[in-house]
Amino acid sequence: MSTAAAPALDDHDHDHHAGPSPGLIRWLVTTNHKDIGTLYLLFSLTMFFVGGAMALVIRAELFQPGLQIVNPHFFNQMTTLHALVMIFGAVMPAFVGLANWLLPMMIGAPDMALPRMNNWSFWIMPFAFTLLLSTLFQAGGGPAGGWTLYPPLALQTGNAFPFVILAIHMMGISSIMGAINVIATILNLRAPGMTLMKMPLFVWTWLITAFLLIAVMPVLAGSVTMLLTDKYFGTSFFNAGGGGDPVMFQHIFWFFGHPEVYIMILPAFGVVSQIIPTFARKPLFGYASMVYATSSIAFLSFIVWGHHMFTVGMPLAGELFYMYATMLIAVPTGVKVFNWVSTMWRGAMTFETPMLFAIAFVILFTIGGFSGLMLAIAPADFQYQDTYFVVAHFHYVLVPGAVFSIMAAVYYWLPKWTGHMYNERLGKIHFWLSVVGVNVLFFPQHFLGLAGMPRRIPDYALQFTEFNMISTVGAFLFGFSQLLFLYNVVQTIRGGAKATDQVWEGAHGLEWTLPSPPPYHTFTTAPEVK
Amino acid sequence: MEIQETTPISISVANRRLVKRLLLITVAMFGFGFAMVPIYDVLCAITGLNGKTGGRVAAVESSAVDEARTITVEFIASLNVGAPWEFTPQVNRMQVHPGQYYQTHYLARNLTGHALVGQAIPSVAPGLAAQHFQKIECFCFTRQIFQPEEGREMPVVFRIDPNLPPDVHTVTLSYTFFRVDDAGG
Ligand code: HEM
Ligand SMILES: [Cu+2]
Repeated sequence: MSTAAAPALDDHDHDHHAGPSPGLIRWLVTTNHKDIGTLYLLFSLTMFFVGGAMALVIRAELFQPGLQIVNPHFFNQMTTLHALVMIFGAVMPAFVGLANWLLPMMIGAPDMALPRMNNWSFWIMPFAFTLLLSTLFQAGGGPAGGWTLYPPLALQTGNAFPFVILAIHMMGISSIMGAINVIATILNLRAPGMTLMKMPLFVWTWLITAFLLIAVMPVLAGSVTMLLTDKYFGTSFFNAGGGGDPVMFQHIFWFFGHPEVYIMILPAFGVVSQIIPTFARKPLFGYASMVYATSSIAFLSFIVWGHHMFTVGMPLAGELFYMYATMLIAVPTGVKVFNWVSTMWRGAMTFETPMLFAIAFVILFTIGGFSGLMLAIAPADFQYQDTYFVVAHFHYVLVPGAVFSIMAAVYYWLPKWTGHMYNERLGKIHFWLSVVGVNVLFFPQHFLGLAGMPRRIPDYALQFTEFNMISTVGAFLFGFSQLLFLYNVVQTIRGGAKATDQVWEGAHGLEWTLPSPPPYHTFTTAPEVK
Repeated sequence: MEIQETTPISISVANRRLVKRLLLITVAMFGFGFAMVPIYDVLCAITGLNGKTGGRVAAVESSAVDEARTITVEFIASLNVGAPWEFTPQVNRMQVHPGQYYQTHYLARNLTGHALVGQAIPSVAPGLAAQHFQKIECFCFTRQIFQPEEGREMPVVFRIDPNLPPDVHTVTLSYTFFRVDDAGG
């Protein structure tokens, strides 16, 4: 592709080759993938701290039995909003930010395929979250029925309800636009010679994630629309009194919900598959099997949603189907873990911060996979359902899973983005505090759940006190350690030792052939990929 | 999917075509969310998965009474939020033979000083027994109007179909009473 290609990406974008617009207006009008990537990442970081503050309110209240700090209604708003903020505000935008920064640089494209839509999909997000968070200040408070929005409970939300639904619609639109952009970029803008099976795994996992997003975000939009019409327009989709069925909501919601959890983990698989080969100084073991494993996980994720509903009164055949289908997912997941370990096997390993986070990811995500397998056993799930065991499970896959991979990615690519090395010592301290904190925080929750402590409650029976105290201590340790991360990132943006172009001795791929930091426009002439 | 050396124009054409297709998928999946509603209803009507019983069945000659088999039928009553009734079954359980007709009733009393309209929604557990729970008379077939403070007995006439799967020994019939005269449902 020649330089003349650029205007054709966006017929009206005349100043495509100019530098950034001056001043703050740059961030509002930018269509540059690096700018938009930065915006997404900063937004995600902000939401990570907002959602984290809510988590600390929850854990502070649970430090002791009884009601200490907040009232139960506010507590329930915290659990609901914590989940919505972390899922839709922190984890998903972080991966979209990484995609924006990295996909074009990894496949040798000058920008994302649809730069102006890119601007739009980012700028919807701050509005969506302003709407969502504004509900906290409304009379009657924010949503408090859990992030899963089950009716009839969710329909008892007060005037905040339409705000929540509208916010979810906006997040959905933003995600779908982002996904369309990712697919168009990957399918249409690869440099000559960059065949599909030569693409870095991060690109592959994002391609598949984008298809998942397009397939399930509209279903979420449909289900919350039905909630809205049930509440305000007299329909009875989920109202048994009018001939509907509240259980049907669960089917529709989890048809979205289970693929959604993979939307949050597939890009993480991609990140880890980039980092481990670099620091093991060996090519990724089993590249093709990684691609096929990712695709089969994505496919299977559409047929296992019933494992969230084992206790609704399904017939035996249904329980068995969802149980075996869910367990089947452990096979491609196992392939991935095997490949990561094999990549490290006899590698010349070094343990810089990104590698530490990546290794912790492999180990701790696997623990989350194991508790997932336990939950997939239908008869056992009757005991685990709605207890802290489920909370422990999904936090293991989401925090030392998805979140650790995002941190690993930031440490790994920040020198490329900013041209400065981060403070390695501080990075390692951050890692060790986080990894200890996260385990002290979530491991005891397995025991609490097995002993029967229900999730989403502000108070609990006395025998659960010790483990809750330990968990809360871990929460504050983990939470406050993240300030080190913030400090390190800010310091690296502002200055620091000059990073080389390759940054890491073992790094391979197109992005490492660019200068650090890369110029505003890169690959305006497509590189030749051999 | 293989992309050849592309000229700029063909990229923007390709982009536009791809975006159109992806938008089509998006719209189709939005539709699919709604399509799950009738699909679910049909599936449940065929299999009784969600424990919903069918409507009125015509009384058939109850010749095929299976005296050898005894099934426990349990009766449950619950009120939806904001349904100001007192609502209880006359008996909590009955021993029945498949094929035979039985009658029982539920008691309901309007606790308010004004008229109310209610609707009882039945549900049977285990779900797969729902198809085999046949009602020839039930207060749940119609809306029930209650005068202020009125209380009354509401009958159910049912039989258990002899084809009830052999591993089912207990069937639970549950009614939830909904207020349907206003948005209070
Ligand atoms: C081997 C892979 C996995 C298996 C077998 C598995 C299995 C399960 C099961 C059976 C449940 C339902 C538990 C219950 O409610 O009783 C569950 C819940 C959950 N899982 Fe997983 N899971 C796996 C991986 C993941 C991953 C990778 C993520 C996210 C990154 C995830 C996130 C969640 C979440 C968020 C919930 C709870 C949803 C809620 O009720 O709020 N899981 N998992
Ligand atoms: Cu799931």
